Amino acid sequence: MIEVKNVTKIYKVGDSEVHALDGVSLKIRDGEMVAIMGPSGSGKSTLMAILGCLDTPTSGDYLIDDKDTSKMKEDQLAHLRAHKVGFVFQQFNLLPRTSALENVMLPLTYDGTKAKERVERAKKALELVGLSDRLHHHPNQLSGGQQQRVAIARALVNEPSILLADEPTGNLDSKNGDEIMAIFQQLHREKHQTVVYVTHDMFIARHTERIIFLMDGKIVRDEAVKNPIKAGTKRPDEVLVNGNHNNNHKIIEVLQ
Amino acid sequence: MNVINNVRVAIRALRANMLRSSLTVLGIVIGVAAVVALLSIGRGATSNITEQVESMGTNLITISQGRSFRPGMGGASRSSSLMYKDYEAIQEKVEGINGISPYYSSQTQVSTTSRTTNYSVIGTLPAYLEVNNLEVETGRFITDTDNLERSRVVVIGQDVSDDLFEGLNPLGRTIKINNVSFEVIGVLASKGTSGIGSADSSVIIPIRTGYARIFGSMAVYNGNYTLSGITISAESKDFIDTIMYKVELVLRSQHKLGLNDDLGFTISSQEQMLSSLSDISNTMSAYLGAIAGISLLVGGIGIMNITLVSVTERTREIGLRKAVGAPQKAILFQFLVETMTLAVLGGVIGVILGSLIATIFTYLDLITAKVTFDVILLSFTSSALIGLFFGIYPAYQASKLKPIEALRYE
Repeated sequence: MIEVKNVTKIYKVGDSEVHALDGVSLKIRDGEMVAIMGPSGSGKSTLMAILGCLDTPTSGDYLIDDKDTSKMKEDQLAHLRAHKVGFVFQQFNLLPRTSALENVMLPLTYDGTKAKERVERAKKALELVGLSDRLHHHPNQLSGGQQQRVAIARALVNEPSILLADEPTGNLDSKNGDEIMAIFQQLHREKHQTVVYVTHDMFIARHTERIIFLMDGKIVRDEAVKNPIKAGTKRPDEVLVNGNHNNNHKIIEVLQ
Repeated sequence: MNVINNVRVAIRALRANMLRSSLTVLGIVIGVAAVVALLSIGRGATSNITEQVESMGTNLITISQGRSFRPGMGGASRSSSLMYKDYEAIQEKVEGINGISPYYSSQTQVSTTSRTTNYSVIGTLPAYLEVNNLEVETGRFITDTDNLERSRVVVIGQDVSDDLFEGLNPLGRTIKINNVSFEVIGVLASKGTSGIGSADSSVIIPIRTGYARIFGSMAVYNGNYTLSGITISAESKDFIDTIMYKVELVLRSQHKLGLNDDLGFTISSQEQMLSSLSDISNTMSAYLGAIAGISLLVGGIGIMNITLVSVTERTREIGLRKAVGAPQKAILFQFLVETMTLAVLGGVIGVILGSLIATIFTYLDLITAKVTFDVILLSFTSSALIGLFFGIYPAYQASKLKPIEALRYE
């Protein structure tokens, strides 16, 4: 379980201060699948960075499995990133000139896992995302969707408590985006994996059970999705046309 | 994160910029090769000098003309000629002497029926053999009887024997010195050294024979016989200073010189010579090494420069590694391994190249270089340390990057 208590994040830009997060509190239980939505500058990426222990809040507490991370030192955070959190980026962030297998093994090289076990676990993770036949391909030999699946395998290889993804489908076409959603839903359904991702695409957000809506650094809506979209479902035309965040309020109502 | 894995990652990163890495390594290679080659040449020179001096014998003290060895210079030089009487006085008055050998040497024509060459002919006494640490290979050395009877006998060095007799047994044969016939009675064992004054190119005759038949009026001053030098071997090292002091007193009284007058002779011990010679060559080596060290330092700055560039270029990679759980020390270690790989690779190639240069120089007889293990160890270690030293700053910079900022770096 993760719990965010009254978290603020203030950036200094020149002389002025930017309140990226302004008193955010939320709880995500184990096994939940959640989408975080919001317009640009709403603070959703900042929130993700804090959830992923990539950044620390200016004030407030962030608890992972009842452990408060807000006062942790850099290396303790590194340990959490290695063991509790798996992070998937919009730009995949794979190491170039490095095989899929080795990319997936990367987190294990930092936690003392033995070489043989590293290979086994990385293979298993790649199998989970359907890339058993691409173990020794380098990123430049893989499609965007495949690269993102390698990145998901890398995030999963340490069996983290939560899988976080920042715009995981943002750089992908709808077919590849569907594949990623299918994997997330499968992980959620079969492994009870906690999945949290940021998106500004309502259709993608509707693949979860819960959508948290941020605006100006505050949570403005937090509600359950009654009938989550099953991955592979055809995108409705209206959503496709109006799928930009300015109309998201309306779309939620339309879809519900 | 084990070391082998780190080295593999480092090599992959370095290979991604092959040209850049090679040029960086080249900087270290040149530095290390220069250090190895120059220090080896310095070592070679030092040991060469030491060997030559030590082969002369131990606990040696030499007295020689202070100004000029050439006879007939006239003036001041003649006034302080070393006399045969000085030798007798020293022998009588100075204690602690093991052997003392006066000698007079002169460039003289030496010939057989078929060959004629100039050699430095040395007139001396039987003690010459022991004082100068020489041995007779075949035949015998000159004796007191030879000297008293002014016998026309000669002992020759190995090179002289080879030159004049070309492999024939020289014993019992005749050579002409200044057209006076001498019988060869012995050949000295080779000492393996070469050059002027070397035992291998000596021609030795009894000193009285020399005064009577060879050296002529040049060797006479005011009706007394002169000497080119006197060699003394002390009974022990401890006596050397006392002997040198007493010899000076004897010479001053012999030549009626006051304590403040300029002594026209040089009194030196082998040890002094050795230490001043090795001082010179050590200073030389140090200078050479320092100059080479500068290029090694420049190579180190090259490593630092390229690693700083690499850290900037790979900011996102560093961010990613941190995002998947790399602790700071793993990042620090990764970049240190990279700089160390560059430095150690440069060190290995540099040591090989430097040794090769030193060996080729020796082989071509340009200079005697001695590649010793400590030189290799020293230069290799300093290249590794340079890699470490110049790697720490960029590696530390990399390890301190905030993951979220590094990931967002464009």
